[in-house]
Amino acid sequence: MIRETYLNTLTLGLFVLIPAWALMADEPFTITLMTRAAIFAIAAIGLNIALGIGGLVSLGHAVFFGIGGYAMGILAYHAQTYTPVAEWPFLIDGTKSMPIIWLVAVIVSSLAAFVIGSLSLRTTGVYFIMITLAFGQMFFFFTISWAEYGGEDGLSIYLRNGFPGLNTLAPIQFYGLCLVILCLVLLFTWRLSKSPFGLALNAARQAPIRVETVGLDPTRLKLIAFVISGAITGLAGALFADLNRFVSPTMFSWQTSGEIMIFLILGGVGRLYGPVIGALAYVALEHWLGGLSDYWHIYLGILLLLIVLFGRGGLIGLASGRKVAHD
Amino acid sequence: MSFLLLIEQVLNGLQFGIMLFLMAAGLTLIFGVMGLINLAHGSLYMIGAFCAAAVAAATGSFLLGLVAALAGAAAAGALVELVVIRRLYDKDHLDQVLATFALILIFSEGTRWVFGSFPLFLDVPDFLSGPVTLPGGIEYPLYRLALIVVGLLVALGLYLLISRTRLGIQIRAGENDREMIAALGIDIAKLYTIVFALGAALAGLAGALVGAIQSVQVGMGEPVLILAFVVIVIGGIGSIKGALVGAILVGLTDTLGGIFLPEALKLFLDPSTATSVGSSLASMAIYILMAAVLILRPAGLFGARA
Repeated sequence: MIRETYLNTLTLGLFVLIPAWALMADEPFTITLMTRAAIFAIAAIGLNIALGIGGLVSLGHAVFFGIGGYAMGILAYHAQTYTPVAEWPFLIDGTKSMPIIWLVAVIVSSLAAFVIGSLSLRTTGVYFIMITLAFGQMFFFFTISWAEYGGEDGLSIYLRNGFPGLNTLAPIQFYGLCLVILCLVLLFTWRLSKSPFGLALNAARQAPIRVETVGLDPTRLKLIAFVISGAITGLAGALFADLNRFVSPTMFSWQTSGEIMIFLILGGVGRLYGPVIGALAYVALEHWLGGLSDYWHIYLGILLLLIVLFGRGGLIGLASGRKVAHD
Repeated sequence: MSFLLLIEQVLNGLQFGIMLFLMAAGLTLIFGVMGLINLAHGSLYMIGAFCAAAVAAATGSFLLGLVAALAGAAAAGALVELVVIRRLYDKDHLDQVLATFALILIFSEGTRWVFGSFPLFLDVPDFLSGPVTLPGGIEYPLYRLALIVVGLLVALGLYLLISRTRLGIQIRAGENDREMIAALGIDIAKLYTIVFALGAALAGLAGALVGAIQSVQVGMGEPVLILAFVVIVIGGIGSIKGALVGAILVGLTDTLGGIFLPEALKLFLDPSTATSVGSSLASMAIYILMAAVLILRPAGLFGARA
């Protein structure tokens, strides 16, 4: 049994040590894998705010991941073809600048989360799961039929977008950028969960009627959480698109929603570091099991089944011996 | 846009809706009785299609294939219920979603491992192939017409089963109060296995029937599963009547939307824009329908509880 704090420190340490080793040993692929893990962790931290703290079982977070991806894809596509994104009501040009792309990704995915959340939060329980899943599918089919931006084939961006002062084409520099964002998002989530809003949201999950009795609106709390959650996952989507320099409707597919949820469950729901450990473990499994067998999803399925049936609390729960999150 | 085409498309929509009903009925029954959300229902649909394709290819008989689909899917359903699903009844929805998602991974990759990644083909049997002339001179494929008839017969059978038989009484009682019927001496574990296998058999039947007009491949079940969820949300969870109405609404909206939205938009947009906007809108039509139903009736058209 390891104290949870040590485990968390160890994980963050791995996010520094593994790429440092890869840089020395000249293993750029390992750096790419770690970038993948960091981005997945950000996406899952987003979901953790809705699911872990707010108790909203959203099977549609791929929507926000995909919107972030397409925000990057569309802006960079127009920049690389020198065409405007829109001419009416005023001229909007494409851009290759990451900060602007991130801003657009966050704003658009928050708006989408607000609309989807307002509709879906009219219901609870199983209905909520099915409806978020259905909205995900709606975006998936919409992008497939959106011929202007590649339809089913998606969009390729030839050069990774730029960040002032950095050479993002160097894997380690792009990784550093993602790691800094991951740390900032972790810090934000930690502050959020300790804030009056975070505490009220936690209470709204556990006892909505009591929350209502003290004069707070649980649906409103959950909607705000859903919007924040969507914004963070959208940011991760923009980073993921930049990592691959490619976006396609797959980012919107229900499997992506399921995978984001798996990162969270592998690590431990409702724990600050759960998504980080889960994403790292997932990428490691994907790399290791994927090398052993083409059918590695079978093993992933069995592992997931065992965790759900017997190991509540995910990897952190197993390692620390504490099944319920306390952070 | 002729009248004949309209009738043909309505029939296509009806056929699609009826097949969705077979999926949705099983899902809604399982949710109504056991309170379980089963994402792996699409896998049972796929198993039905693969059983039918494999047996029909080996024996040359489509009907034997159908029997194999029913038996295979029901057996797979019962097995999964005994090994995994029954541990999930008293867990929360998140655990159910994750465990059944894990089952999808296992079933999909397992099927890919056994049958390979290439699609299988299931031929329409000779006695159902070719067109049939309907009153009014409409030529329509006999097989699709047969699908509508089979689906409606299954719906009727399901209605009689639920309302007229001893098993149906137990199922309805189980929906209302599971502790009470357990106290009255009904083996609730056995009842749950039967209901789950029944739902699985319906999904397997749908998979086999649709398998003859589409290709049989891994991952064929999930798009249908999600549409079946939309159907249930529209119809109301736990209601078989709601599933039927919702399925036909979704089937008609999807089929007719794809044909008529681009045409309707051509009236006031230029043709190329109308086609692209129309097809995008059509692909979203059923979800817009779902959102509209949700705004008006959050518990669905026939749902008792939200």
